[in-house]
Amino acid sequence: MDILAEEFGDLRPEEMAAPINTVEEKWKLLPAFLKVKGLVKQHIDSFNYFINVEIKKIIKANEKVTSDADPMWYLKYLNIYVGMPDVEESFNVTRPVSPHECRLRDMTYSAPITVDIEYTRGSQRIIRNALPIGRMPIMLRSSNCVLTGKTPAEFSKLNECPLDPGGYFIVKGQEKVILIQEQLSKNRIIVEADRKGAVGASVTSSTHEKKSRTNIVVKQGRFYLKHNTLSEDTPIAIIFKAMGVESDQEIVQMIGTEEHVMAAFAPSLEECHKAQIFTQTQALRYVGNKVRRQRMWGGPKKTKMEEARELLASTVLTHVPVKEFNFRAKCIYMAVMIRRVILAQGNNKVDDRDYYGNKRLELAGQLLSLLFEDLFKKFNSELKKIADQVIPKQRAAQFDVVKHMRQDQITNGMVNAISTGNWSLKRFKMDRQGVTQVLSRLSYISALGMMTRISSQFEKTRKVSGPRSLQPSQWGMLCPSDTPEGEACGLVKNLALMTHITTDMEDGPIIKLAFNLGVEDVNLLCGEELSYPNVFLVFLNGNILGVIRNHQKLVSTFRLMRRAGFINEFVSISTNLSDRCVYISSDGGRLCRPYIIVKNGKIAVTNKHIEQLAQGYRNFEDFLHESLVEYLDVNEENDCSIALYEHLITKETTHLEIEPFTLLGVCAGLIPYPHHNQSPRNTYQCAMGKQAMGTIGYNQRNRIDTLMYLLAYPQKPMVKTKTIELIDFEKLPAGQNATVAVMSYSGYDIEDALVLNKASLDRGFGRCLVYKNAKCTLKRYTNQTFDKVMGPMLDAETRKPIWRHEILDADGICSPGEKVENKQVLVNKYMPTVTQTPLEGTSQPQQPQYRDVPITYKGSTDSYIEKVMISSNADDAFLIKILLRQTRRPEIGDKFSSRHGQKGVCGLIVPQEDMPFCDSGICPDIIMNPHGYPSRMTVGKLIELLAGKAGVLDGRFHYGTAFGGSKVKDVCEDLIHYGYNYLGKDYVTSGITGEPLEAYIYFGPVYYQKLKHMVLDKMHARARGPRAVLTRQPTEGRSRDGGLRLGEMERDCLIGYGASMLLLERLMISSDAFEVDVCGQCGLLGYSGWCHYCKSSCHVSSLRIPYACKLLFQELQSMNIVPRLKLSRYNE
Amino acid sequence: MAVPRSRVDEIRNCITLTEYGVRNVHTTDFPGNYPGYDDTWSQKRFEKNFRINIINMDDSTVEFDMIGIDCAIANAFRRILLAEVPTMAVEKVFIYNNTSIVQDEILAHRLGLIPIKADPRLFEYRNSGDEEGTEIDTIQLQLKVKCTRNPKATKESSDPRELYVNHMVYSKHIKWIPIGNQADHFGEAVIGPVHEDILIAQLRPGQELDIVMHCVKGIGKDHAKFSPVATASYRLLPEITFLEPIEGELAEKLKKCFSPGVIAIDVLEGKKLARVANARLDTCTREVLRNEELKHKVKIGRVRDHFIFSVESTGILPAAVLVSEAIKVMMSKCQRFLNELDLAQME
Repeated sequence: MDILAEEFGDLRPEEMAAPINTVEEKWKLLPAFLKVKGLVKQHIDSFNYFINVEIKKIIKANEKVTSDADPMWYLKYLNIYVGMPDVEESFNVTRPVSPHECRLRDMTYSAPITVDIEYTRGSQRIIRNALPIGRMPIMLRSSNCVLTGKTPAEFSKLNECPLDPGGYFIVKGQEKVILIQEQLSKNRIIVEADRKGAVGASVTSSTHEKKSRTNIVVKQGRFYLKHNTLSEDTPIAIIFKAMGVESDQEIVQMIGTEEHVMAAFAPSLEECHKAQIFTQTQALRYVGNKVRRQRMWGGPKKTKMEEARELLASTVLTHVPVKEFNFRAKCIYMAVMIRRVILAQGNNKVDDRDYYGNKRLELAGQLLSLLFEDLFKKFNSELKKIADQVIPKQRAAQFDVVKHMRQDQITNGMVNAISTGNWSLKRFKMDRQGVTQVLSRLSYISALGMMTRISSQFEKTRKVSGPRSLQPSQWGMLCPSDTPEGEACGLVKNLALMTHITTDMEDGPIIKLAFNLGVEDVNLLCGEELSYPNVFLVFLNGNILGVIRNHQKLVSTFRLMRRAGFINEFVSISTNLSDRCVYISSDGGRLCRPYIIVKNGKIAVTNKHIEQLAQGYRNFEDFLHESLVEYLDVNEENDCSIALYEHLITKETTHLEIEPFTLLGVCAGLIPYPHHNQSPRNTYQCAMGKQAMGTIGYNQRNRIDTLMYLLAYPQKPMVKTKTIELIDFEKLPAGQNATVAVMSYSGYDIEDALVLNKASLDRGFGRCLVYKNAKCTLKRYTNQTFDKVMGPMLDAETRKPIWRHEILDADGICSPGEKVENKQVLVNKYMPTVTQTPLEGTSQPQQPQYRDVPITYKGSTDSYIEKVMISSNADDAFLIKILLRQTRRPEIGDKFSSRHGQKGVCGLIVPQEDMPFCDSGICPDIIMNPHGYPSRMTVGKLIELLAGKAGVLDGRFHYGTAFGGSKVKDVCEDLIHYGYNYLGKDYVTSGITGEPLEAYIYFGPVYYQKLKHMVLDKMHARARGPRAVLTRQPTEGRSRDGGLRLGEMERDCLIGYGASMLLLERLMISSDAFEVDVCGQCGLLGYSGWCHYCKSSCHVSSLRIPYACKLLFQELQSMNIVPRLKLSRYNE
Repeated sequence: MAVPRSRVDEIRNCITLTEYGVRNVHTTDFPGNYPGYDDTWSQKRFEKNFRINIINMDDSTVEFDMIGIDCAIANAFRRILLAEVPTMAVEKVFIYNNTSIVQDEILAHRLGLIPIKADPRLFEYRNSGDEEGTEIDTIQLQLKVKCTRNPKATKESSDPRELYVNHMVYSKHIKWIPIGNQADHFGEAVIGPVHEDILIAQLRPGQELDIVMHCVKGIGKDHAKFSPVATASYRLLPEITFLEPIEGELAEKLKKCFSPGVIAIDVLEGKKLARVANARLDTCTREVLRNEELKHKVKIGRVRDHFIFSVESTGILPAAVLVSEAIKVMMSKCQRFLNELDLAQME
């Protein structure tokens, strides 16, 4: 009975007997969550925070510009606004612009940034409002985008797809995504062992102004401070003294008075004694001598001591605030660091770098704010420089700074950074490449997948397993399946379905609340309290706030306040029992996700709530406000007991998972029954789902992309998942339901090759459209000439356009609907031969000369012209875009894949009558070899086939949701009911012999994707063709009609085999054979039978060598090395 | 060595379905293969054994039994039905104007797959290289539709059916344009799509289609659009035998293992006794083999030479006509083969 009482606590017997109430449809919270948060909400939230809040803070921090030339002159920013996206039609006339127009016209979707300023002109003080200082690229669907709050009907008016997630930028007509960047958390103490096993602590501090890294290292039992600005490691006791803690006792009190802690720290104190440093002045002098001098310019000269004090106050542990050189908080912080190291030394408990509680995700908003602040500072310093230069000069007009505010610096800075992806900020020594990527529009899924992608800062080439492996703390936050193979494996990750990334929050109210809840301020403590065994330290965003005795009460009250809505729902609080700390976090970039609250073994959410949700009386926010659901970040998750299913709830349970399948991401969510598959197969499918052709958006026909693949008849999958419904994959599908027979057929199906039914292809299976574009601009040049387009050239005799110009309209641009063949002209463009301004004095010819530079079509197969767009781009040049279309039916070699990482190429196309058929007369669309199954272990595909077959017979869609979905047993019962075999294996007759097959065939529909890899784009052969100019060797690559390389390994084979003549033929005769005249006397190359060195022709003989060899000799000669050829007759 | 006669009969006549595979799938009754059996070809015996029973027949489908024939011949009929009975289908599409969102190629593909009601027997194959076509080998069809706003539509309506006119292009919009004397020739039987309600494209006001199509005669081997059948296939007659009488509860269980109507239960002296009522209805789910109790008491198989054909026409010709056409194709093939043989003999 006692045991029972222990287990069930204070539950009454009837409560124990009552069955746990189940909330069957709690998954309905998920669409509600996605409705408020959306799949790319993290990007949009972050950007919104930047343009509405952060940008104002940046202005505030850099509000005043002054000049050294005139102390009276100043410029002060009063406010800043980011407007709505617009385009300048003509001078000072603007008009709102839609994202799609920017895409088509190769423009940037950006809005003006305007400021209110106050400045002096002469002795006047002037206030100017709404002055533009530059343009900000606007994220689609952010608060300043024209798309926000629009209905689907309005979306279609703007040529925009309502299902498009947004969250990207349009820069110079290209869609660019700023990838989520993962990095180690700032301002947190990380205790780590180095390669030799010595434990040290490090903190990367970061504030708006500075970024620095502070290390505590142990050398021979002594503690040192290691910092970039100090030329060598400084004993820690000296640092303490330099910060004003002169008494050794005080230092030890702060670090801890336990026996072993004191013993560990004693050598450090001793060292300080040996150095004869006892006072702050001495210590500062000592530190001052070690400061690395960097800035020589600016500011009045400081003494070394002042410099050291400045350094300790602002650069070491930047994030700990120091006011008027009161180092108290910083000393305590450093003491805590040392204490951590000492405690870790004993039991080797170091922190885990890869733990997701220690990671922060940097989003578009944060990255842009760094960039903007940098550009804004540059802008201001430029203004200051101009002021310094102009003010001293006496001018008629008074200095007016407004005239010198140029917009293009900020505009170009932003546009260039986003379009190239190079984020180089001198201030933070940041130089990152590949921050942005072009949004992949291969399919809807590939675009969505890109928006949830996270790239890590680790080097890809490093062969480390730690950061690449799956971390337990990733559970529910990052998708365990979706990562690329190869070098970026495990470094590029994707968000799970319900993950939310926090943005920065005001910490003032939290500090106030913490003090009200009994936290004692560190500044009021003597130091020894820190190491009391029953006292917990309280941290807020990495800074020590104070100490508390009753931490449980603090945490529970804090959570209560949060659930009641007094504090922001994204503030997290968690206890770390081993470090005896309470961590409160309100910083941005933390991963968090919602959970259902469980109290005393009872779920807060009831069926009634869900019912109201379904009826629309309630939304997700209401669930949050009524403390039914709350967000937990990774650290807080560690402090909770979360039940996966309702039946697993015990007395200790604090939370319940909303739905387990949400731990997968968008791409993995497409896979039916992924929990039955071998895990790498799901990873492969995640990569392949992005290559599948299908539909890319409702506006796909209005787009003019460089490359677009569409399926002629896309279908929604027979076996769907909850994720598929949630992300609207059904509305924009990428694949077709093919009837598959799993059997061997003809031998053209080995190694995963598929056999396709010809009649299915005739009827449109796998038929796809390939769109490409051709572009041309008509420019104006500086010498008043401009490009022009001329009508087709007529044949002299027939008066008909010549073949190359056959498809041109009278205006010289091809007309829609025409068929274009290789080398035909799309735009008959002419360019002036002289585009530079002629020199003064030389007379300009009356009629400028033109040279034809036609835009021709290149491609082995014909295309059709879908549409022609004539517009102008941002530089007011004419822009002509031509969309070309090809329709392709599947052929041998085209690649297909099911949703289980089972890819294969088409190996054979078989007429329908040769295909096997079952009793009901059905022939398969695809025959797949059964050898694909045993080693791959994709049981999910087998179940998909069963569920699909039952669904077809029953006229409904089955679910293959991860960790759920239709049960195999029920599905098989359905099969029996409709007169099919229980196991899905049918009696099948051969179409060739007419006799039944000896085996039963697994037969049914499976969702197949057509992948973008098609033979037509890859096939290549060459007999003769172009050669490179320099070496006269055949060119390289398919696009240049290049040769097929006989590489080193192939060469080695031929050498080994002794096929010397073949080798000669391959490497010289078929490549770059060249006749040279060599003088036998001097061994140098001659020319046309004459040796220029010997001035004779008597010893000159002609021989064949590779051109590259001749080139080598000449290049060597040019650098004063004489290669000589020794000639002798082989028969002598 | 001696195999009992009954066993040999079973191997010869019956395909056995076991739990994990099909046995005796191949035809083995070749002359001289079985001692004591006379398997030499005899026209008389064939005529005696061969039967065709028509089970049901309407314009679109026919189901008939073909008994007493080798599977190779039965399969040949099936293959010919699928691939070698000619029909008329749209082959050339001349697009004068297409401002709809459907791409030209896709539109042409869709038009090609529409079954055209025209008796292919009255037409000739078009010669290769012939682009124009004549009255004996070509049917000309026209599709000319323009979508407009409906002036009578109410203002607040958002239903496209009410707002627009001609916004759905159906196969009924396709009109036949007789060439030469076709109008007199086919006067009665109007040529056009079999079905009226095949959706070809959707239009919006201002969009239009102006298309002329040429239909030619072709066979399914060339393209599936020429195939005259939706499908043609056969199955073998199921055969269920009890190795021992099945009574009581087991009988009920047995009944559930088969499709409805296959097993009947007689009540004899208060005892339930299972009986095979109509094996033909069985779909061969082999459910009975999953039951441990019944597994060894029942044998399921199929009769080797009893083919249950099912032919579904696309509607161009009645299914029965298609079968007879298939037989004609078969005959002409045989005739050609015989001629070849004669030629070879002469050389």
